[in-house]
Amino acid sequence: MSTAKAARFAIGDRVRVLDLDKSGHVRIPAYVRGKCGKIVQYCGKYLNPEDLSIGKTSGPAFDLYRVEFTQASLWDEPRNQSQDRLIIEIYDHWLTAA
Amino acid sequence: MHNDHENHSHEDHDHQHEDHEALVVEDDAGNLESQIIIDALQDVLISKGLLTAPEVTKEIEKLESPGVHLGAKVVVKAWKDSEYKQRLLSNGKSAIQEIGVAVGEAQIVVVENTDTVHNLITCTLCSCYPRSILGQPPSWYISKAYRARAVREPRKVLSEFGLDLDEDIQLIVHDSNADMRYLVLPMAPDEAAQLDSHDLEALVTRDRLIGVSR
Repeated sequence: MSTAKAARFAIGDRVRVLDLDKSGHVRIPAYVRGKCGKIVQYCGKYLNPEDLSIGKTSGPAFDLYRVEFTQASLWDEPRNQSQDRLIIEIYDHWLTAA
Repeated sequence: MHNDHENHSHEDHDHQHEDHEALVVEDDAGNLESQIIIDALQDVLISKGLLTAPEVTKEIEKLESPGVHLGAKVVVKAWKDSEYKQRLLSNGKSAIQEIGVAVGEAQIVVVENTDTVHNLITCTLCSCYPRSILGQPPSWYISKAYRARAVREPRKVLSEFGLDLDEDIQLIVHDSNADMRYLVLPMAPDEAAQLDSHDLEALVTRDRLIGVSR
């Protein structure tokens, strides 16, 4: 039994979403891959949907974060205002420090 | 599989719109393809004694009984009780369970609209929705057009819903892609203190709880 490891990122940390070359039940949409954002919430540990979708229910569980992006960093869309944001959940293995 | 373009050509329409996304595939007699498969599966499971028809009916009832009235109850409680509102914003699931509503989701994240902030909920990858407290999502919520556009051009989407958001207001889009589910806490009306809960609940529409209305 391993002891609970502290989460890698804290609220306010800058992170980049990795562009992992994974197939299957991946829950990280293409539009945030490679993009930089900020951790705004730690959600706890959750089983990885990439594993669950193929019947692997024994774990390991991954830290899940809510990550905030400026809309300007995601889209070239003139109606988005500079203060507009998008928040999405990202599992730890899809994140790196930015 | 029927894909009946003869009876449903795009030329029949006089307005521009996205390509159709087939939500159901039915034949000319109205049989749903998925329903035929499910009926056959159910027959097999019942004949093998793994399932009974009343069990299936009970599960369907369980799925269909939640509705917007539960979300409205949560919101009105938060409008009337500021301490409850704080608990709701810090842990949605436990605060919702506190008033006797069963929550099947791992967590409900409640996001608050204010004079300066508006929140909008979508699920770009599928149809994630806080079903325990809002019931089943509307068909537009699971359409590819809404899912793609709500993240990319949310202000345009809102204006099509009739909400022209002031440019100074911060718009936060929440993509419900993983384990959390989201509920918008709309702003209380000025006269909230004078109105009773029943009247207030009537003001809390599904669209306000998704954020396509303010």
